[in-house]
Amino acid sequence: MSDVLAVLEQRDGAVRKVSHEVVTGARRLADALGGGARVDALVLAAGPVRGADQLGGFGADRVVTLTHPAFSSYAPEAYTRAIADRVNTGGYGAVVFAASATGKDLAPRVAARLGRPLLQDITDVSVAGGAVIAIRPVYAGKALLKVRVAGSPAVLSLRPNVFTPVQRPRAGTQESAAVDGSPGRVVVKQIKPAPAGTLDVAEAPIIVSGGRGLKEPANFKVLEELAAAFAGRAAVGASRAVVDAGWRPHADQVGQTGKTVSPTLYVAVGISGAIQHLAGMRTSKVIVAINKDKDAPIFKVADYGIVGDLFEVVPKLTEEIKKLHG
Amino acid sequence: MKIAVCIKRVPDSETRVKIAADGKSLDEAGVKFILNPYDEFAVEAALRLKEKAGSGDVVVISLGPAAAQETIRTALAMGADRGVLLQTQGFHPDGLETAKALAAELKGAGFDLILLGKMAIDDYNHQVGPMMAELLDLPCVTTVAQLEIAGDKGTAEREIEGGVEVVEFPLPALLTTDKGLNEPRYPALKGIMAAKKKPLEVKPTAPGPGALEILSLTLPPERQAGKIVGQGSAAVPELVRLLREEAKVL
Repeated sequence: MSDVLAVLEQRDGAVRKVSHEVVTGARRLADALGGGARVDALVLAAGPVRGADQLGGFGADRVVTLTHPAFSSYAPEAYTRAIADRVNTGGYGAVVFAASATGKDLAPRVAARLGRPLLQDITDVSVAGGAVIAIRPVYAGKALLKVRVAGSPAVLSLRPNVFTPVQRPRAGTQESAAVDGSPGRVVVKQIKPAPAGTLDVAEAPIIVSGGRGLKEPANFKVLEELAAAFAGRAAVGASRAVVDAGWRPHADQVGQTGKTVSPTLYVAVGISGAIQHLAGMRTSKVIVAINKDKDAPIFKVADYGIVGDLFEVVPKLTEEIKKLHG
Repeated sequence: MKIAVCIKRVPDSETRVKIAADGKSLDEAGVKFILNPYDEFAVEAALRLKEKAGSGDVVVISLGPAAAQETIRTALAMGADRGVLLQTQGFHPDGLETAKALAAELKGAGFDLILLGKMAIDDYNHQVGPMMAELLDLPCVTTVAQLEIAGDKGTAEREIEGGVEVVEFPLPALLTTDKGLNEPRYPALKGIMAAKKKPLEVKPTAPGPGALEILSLTLPPERQAGKIVGQGSAAVPELVRLLREEAKVL
């Protein structure tokens, strides 16, 4: 059997958007494995999940919701057991996760429980001679490692924003089953939400990032205003220099000791382009650089550059973007 | 409090990657190696917990080549009590095999906490900690950015998309550390001198071959140098036009 299990995420009872990418990646892998391989989408939740009925559109043959009272939030040990049991009974050729905060925590546990290696945070997947081959950025994206998995199942997690969701309609038959057992020793007590409307840099389709050129923490306001102009599609990122200086939280850092990101649009503002920063954002689809130093290394990787004072250029850009969304 | 910290020797983050002649690995010539930055947070957390408890034992363990003794000495200079090197030859791409080797060393040794960095900045595997927890059947919280230990219970905060998860767990446990947890101390001269005399046990280790085969290591495609649209705010309308009509991202 070479069916593919796509492990999805929900929060507050709704399927998370990154799950559409996981189903898309799983569908692609199933088609590459051939032999009519099916995609089963698996959601763990406390009850019915909103958006599960749309997963057939992205290529899920079947959507299975496993319910347990503890599954209202992430319960690592119970999740691991439920997923590993499902893999063992389902005889899957591959198991696919999102390389999200939860996925990067969960996938290694499931892989270890299955006694299988894990290809974490991959950006491409293919099949040759029946074996799964994946590409993983290493050294923060300064190099790409191509790896073949021997045996089955292959366990993979997909970097967010890389496997663009594609409509590939399949049946998406809905099933639900209750699981029992201990909720586990590790308990999520609460989720403190980030300020309303803020997106995570790892998942945002647009990132507006600032560096030392902003001169002081309060000046990030100009970037927040630009991000806001993108009507909920943009996150504010930061260089290591300004995170180390305490201007911005580590969660916003892009680069080798921060996040490696692949947004559709990356706007680097007042960032010179240190090698460890470039490594973290070079796979962005389009890069714009705004810097007063025309020789800054960031211009070597930018598709479009503006040389000038960011405090004049960025507000003007905000105004123009607002016009588009107006 | 008995704490084990698993650490790794990695190329410095400013390294310019050159591919070795085999086309599958990093050319290490001229590369400076450091203690993995995420592991520094783990070492620092262990030292603070020991200091707070007033007594304890902080053991640093590394799986790696003979040269990783230097990395262990760095952690000893920060204040760890002793080191163990599980000495290997060659490069091991399969994180599960690394986890198995480390877990075998730590199993049954009675640690209250096992700490690791959330990932290594070379292979980006981001998996050895939770795999070890599964193998050792320990409660585990990854990417910890805030930590409180009280008696045999702990509370940790970890960043997730759009928020922070507050997680409770019993000890013994395994945690992986994220940036923001603490400010790792620099080894003082006194610590560096003391580290030379601290015990460092070297155990030859041969991790299993694993089920992953490296086919190639390549440099990513160079981005084509783009264009300077113009100078100052006057160039903004043209930039927006290009983003819409040429790049089609708006």
